[in-house]
Amino acid sequence: MILARRAGGPTGPRPADPRRRTFRALILPPAIALALLLLAPLVLMAALSFRTDLSGTLLAPFAPTLKHYVAFLATPAFGRSLGLSALMAAAVAVISTALAYPLAYFLAFRAGRRAAVYLVLLLVPFWTSYLLRVMAWKLMLGGEGVINSVLLWAGVIHEPIAALLYNRGTVIVTLIYVWIPFAALPILAGLGRVDARLHDAAADLYASPFQQFRRVTLPLSMPGVAAAFLMVFIPTIGEYVTPLLVGGSQGAMYGNVIQDFFTRAANWPYGSALSVVMLALTLVLVFIGLRVVNPRRLLGT
Amino acid sequence: MSAASATRSEGRVVSRRPRRRLPGLRSYFWLVVVLLYIPIGILFLFSLNANTTLSFPLKGFTLEWFAKLFATPALLRAVGNSLKVAVASSFAATFLGAMVAILLSRFEFRGKGALTGLAVMPLIVPYVVLGVALLILFKVVGVPLSLFTVAAAHTIVALPYTVLIILARLVGFDAGLEEAAMDLGATYPATLRLVVLPMAVPALVSAWVTAFTVSFDEFALALFLAGKDQTFPVYLYGQLRFATTLPVLIAAAVLLMVTTLTLILVTERIRRR
Repeated sequence: MILARRAGGPTGPRPADPRRRTFRALILPPAIALALLLLAPLVLMAALSFRTDLSGTLLAPFAPTLKHYVAFLATPAFGRSLGLSALMAAAVAVISTALAYPLAYFLAFRAGRRAAVYLVLLLVPFWTSYLLRVMAWKLMLGGEGVINSVLLWAGVIHEPIAALLYNRGTVIVTLIYVWIPFAALPILAGLGRVDARLHDAAADLYASPFQQFRRVTLPLSMPGVAAAFLMVFIPTIGEYVTPLLVGGSQGAMYGNVIQDFFTRAANWPYGSALSVVMLALTLVLVFIGLRVVNPRRLLGT
Repeated sequence: MSAASATRSEGRVVSRRPRRRLPGLRSYFWLVVVLLYIPIGILFLFSLNANTTLSFPLKGFTLEWFAKLFATPALLRAVGNSLKVAVASSFAATFLGAMVAILLSRFEFRGKGALTGLAVMPLIVPYVVLGVALLILFKVVGVPLSLFTVAAAHTIVALPYTVLIILARLVGFDAGLEEAAMDLGATYPATLRLVVLPMAVPALVSAWVTAFTVSFDEFALALFLAGKDQTFPVYLYGQLRFATTLPVLIAAAVLLMVTTLTLILVTERIRRR
């Protein structure tokens, strides 16, 4: 049913709405694209996770089995990996949000007329290739990398430090580095809604600068902070590229387990079950997150 | 600029007196900026460094890698592939995004919530999950992996961005103008074409550029979905093992970085006007 939204016009159903045909023309392409390329693959993946193997065509009827989910539960390593990925994502999101907050605060209240230029300056690294930025870290931290060779050259160390690369810490540091500029954006949007007169009011009531921040600015900017956390947490929990490049075997995340099942291990049904678990966890966490954040409040509508 | 900094940039709210400041904010900002640019600076340095191993001290200045880059057909082909994928997927995502944005801002209908949810869902589904799910789909349907499958995936992940960018613009302007056009006898499709789309041009350009950069840089999905024709990030990844080709790859990546940035800054200029 299409209701015309004409200003001052009738709001009831209008069967003769001239926009009805336009509506159909507009909704078909995106609906088909989303159904075919987003819903269908996820449904097929879920279906595959209940199959024993890939024998026959994938569309043939099959007797559903829960064995991959049972196997998942019986393999503590996978559950641990998923929990660890969630923890890593939370750590990365908390730290990059905390580090981005002063940047956003500076841009919102202290940068003055040049704020726009400073913002571009901050975002340029974000517009450069992701793979490349991660690779740059590898060049810096590797055995023959920048840090080691500078230290060797300066005589500070005599053997390259191997511990710089290929562990969980490297993955976390690299991800934080990648996300800081991105995390500043929602915080900046949140701070933009804080009325500067409230600072004056607080100052008139003898609040110290720190108290002004702690009691006025920070609480008012919390929706932006929460949005920043989510915007970093969501892509990080499913991360598999960064661990692949700088994580080594110690730094592997749950995404790498899934990737393995679809490449080297070539056990697609099991891999599908692992993917379904990850998707379910992500959706639940996002749902909880959105209850807390309430994006409408941030957008001010 | 002590007093000026207490004034909000929009000039909306003016503080009555200079406030006491939290110390060190400005220094912190510049420290972070420097840290953010160090790895990028190092990449630039190594693209001009006359040594195949990437370590300090540097051996000397050379443009050899940039010259070699143009003599490496596989690399040029990969860049060309990435361009094809990015152009196709960004146009598709902009068209579809404009349609969704018009629907969400101008129509009331059943399933509006579902459409909204589906359109932003790619932001929430982890790329590794979407990647393997699409891999399964293409296998089931019997579509061989190719640049087309990569472009299809990129269209879907770029869609939330294009929808949100165009929607923000469409919500912002007066629906009365459309009323006026239709009262003057324009059909609804003509109104969309002659009134709505021209006003949305800055957002359309912005959406297209965003979709283009999302696709051009995308690796996590492309690694699953690229067949024999590799996109540039997939090619880059495949070559990382070979130390001798690394300087050429870095040179190529630096060149692309400069190109992308120029493209973004130019379109931002156009958009701001």
